[in-house]
Amino acid sequence: MPIQTMKGALRALLLVAIFFAGVWSHSSGLIDDFLWYLPDVQYLMGEHLWLTAVSGSLAIAVAIPLGILLSRPSMARWAESLMQVLNVGTTIPTLAVLALSMSFLGIGTVPAVFGLFVATLLPITRNTYAGLKGVNPALMEAAAGIGMSPTQRLFKVELPNALYVIFAGMRTALTINVGTVPLAFLIGAGGLGELIFTGIDLYDPVMMLAGAIPTALLAIVVDAVIAFIAFVVVPRGVNPARA
Amino acid sequence: MIELDNLTKVFDTPKGAVVAADHISMEVPPGEICILLGPSGCGKTTTLKMINRIVKPTSGKVFIDGDDTTGMDTQTLRRNIGYVIQQIGLFPNMTIEENITIVPRLLGWDRAKYRERARELMAMIALEPDAFLKRYPSELSGGQQQRIGVARALAADPPVMLMDEPFGAIDPINRAVIQDEFLKMQQALKKTIMFVSHDIDEAIKMGDRIAVFREGKLVQYSAPDDLLAAPKDSFVESFLGEDRALKRLNLVKVRDIVTDEIGTVSPGDTLENALTRIDDFGYQNSILMVNDHRQPAGIVNRSVTRTTKGYCRDHFQAVPAMIGLDDDLRKAASLMFAHDTTWLPCVDEDGKVCGQITQRAMTRHLGARFRARQGNAQNPDIAIKE
Ligand SMILES: Nc1ncnc2c1ncn2[C@@H]1O[C@H](COP(=O)(O)OP(=O)(O)OP(=O)(O)O)[C@@H](O)[C@H]1O
Ligand SMILES: [Mg+2]
Repeated sequence: MPIQTMKGALRALLLVAIFFAGVWSHSSGLIDDFLWYLPDVQYLMGEHLWLTAVSGSLAIAVAIPLGILLSRPSMARWAESLMQVLNVGTTIPTLAVLALSMSFLGIGTVPAVFGLFVATLLPITRNTYAGLKGVNPALMEAAAGIGMSPTQRLFKVELPNALYVIFAGMRTALTINVGTVPLAFLIGAGGLGELIFTGIDLYDPVMMLAGAIPTALLAIVVDAVIAFIAFVVVPRGVNPARA
Repeated sequence: MIELDNLTKVFDTPKGAVVAADHISMEVPPGEICILLGPSGCGKTTTLKMINRIVKPTSGKVFIDGDDTTGMDTQTLRRNIGYVIQQIGLFPNMTIEENITIVPRLLGWDRAKYRERARELMAMIALEPDAFLKRYPSELSGGQQQRIGVARALAADPPVMLMDEPFGAIDPINRAVIQDEFLKMQQALKKTIMFVSHDIDEAIKMGDRIAVFREGKLVQYSAPDDLLAAPKDSFVESFLGEDRALKRLNLVKVRDIVTDEIGTVSPGDTLENALTRIDDFGYQNSILMVNDHRQPAGIVNRSVTRTTKGYCRDHFQAVPAMIGLDDDLRKAASLMFAHDTTWLPCVDEDGKVCGQITQRAMTRHLGARFRARQGNAQNPDIAIKE
């Protein structure tokens, strides 16, 4: 009971604080300053989302088949070492990846999409592979014993049972993708990074926040949208969110 | 019919070769249940899995209905063999209905037909279709999941079934219930079944024949009663347990050893008369009294007939226990112990007295096989092909 009351009190306190922050920011003209950037934010957000959508869907389209391929028994000999390579790849900072892709693709949207694609590819591949490998061997044996072909086993048993893990990979990867897109501005691809980095250069915190806050919100929204899709798509029997 | 011909599996492990099955040769006649029995790690599962080629034999052959399975398309082969795996293995992403109709759907049945089949199967395994079909496996108890596993294997009505400890996850009381249900089902379905167990009581109850394994070798392959009466060596003997004579009680029906002759009195007889009959029949303590329909009505004690005058109808005790012709000797023995008596009246389906069963007849029947074995050391079982 005391914990409940404390939680209630904290929540009330928070609401009061937010209210006064609003009052203060309005009286100091901060809100008007932000609103001044609204058209820019709208336009750049569009660019931002476009970069995420293109690089993200390319990454999903490549990573899932790649993960499936690596998890096939015939690939068992190479799969583990290839996954090691991919894991090392994940540790390279995205900025370095972008820089590398700029150095042979030049400046603009193409190298940015490519760099984001590479950074997003890895976590999805890794989760697809791990999810499929993690399917209970007893299920695979039951599926084989029933007379399913390898393809039927993949689509009726392995993928549905690995789907939750695969979605978790997509969530992580795309959220990181949204958060990484601002870096793409550095190689000339636009997006909300324009406000953030220009704001930093000009010592203009309002401009910087006008880029940073929408970026953060976008990341949260993308995460929530994918979580929602997973909630709907992953069969109830293997969906911890619907247990 | 399932026929194994010198079936052998050698696993290459880092610690060297493991011979999991060593030249196994045996036959399961059509419509019979064969139990593979033996301690953990003796190769039961491996032998079973070679039949549907989940495990590829190192050498040897499997014939089903006379056809060599070696060159067959594995998918076709497996769709015609029901398989219940040791770990249950229900698909957690599918509802119960989807799980039990998976094979019919793979075989391309139309929707109406397989949905109908799902309800039929649920009735067969005694689970309420409306309550369970739309649930997911994680929402069922272990025992219910195992029943679904059996239903899934039965779905497309395959002539051959492989069952790997299908009732392992069920508590003893419900296990007995499911075993009974399954046996009833089998009487109607007449499938050829290989059934792995490491529970001797289950093997005796379920098996038409029992194959005892030890370290990859088939040691003895006999009917349950022969196995219990004449274990081939000390390993089988110790595996069956010290009480194997008692276990045989399960296998013999009262019908097999009942004596038709039973002396009775009617309520109208005098006690003097009763005493004469008791002595004529050589009974120790008492005699059964029956009514006009020859149904047991009471027991008249010898001591009463000697000390009292009058009619049986005024001087009897309630019948302590009686037994049906289709009960087994285990129940008979149990009733005798419980009521401290050496004989029981037997009644037929109409409740009419049709004979009696005595402790002596039971001991004599069980002992006969043991004496036969001592008399001729050869075992009378179906020969194992060497
Ligand atoms: N895939 C495998 N690789 C290596 N060895 C194996 C493999 N499968 C089984 N074995 C070995 O073969 C032997 C027989 O195993 P099997 O699973 O057939 O035993 P089981 O009689 O079914 O035992 P349990 O009652 O414990 O299920 C064991 O020694 C086991 O370790
Ligand atoms: Mg086993």
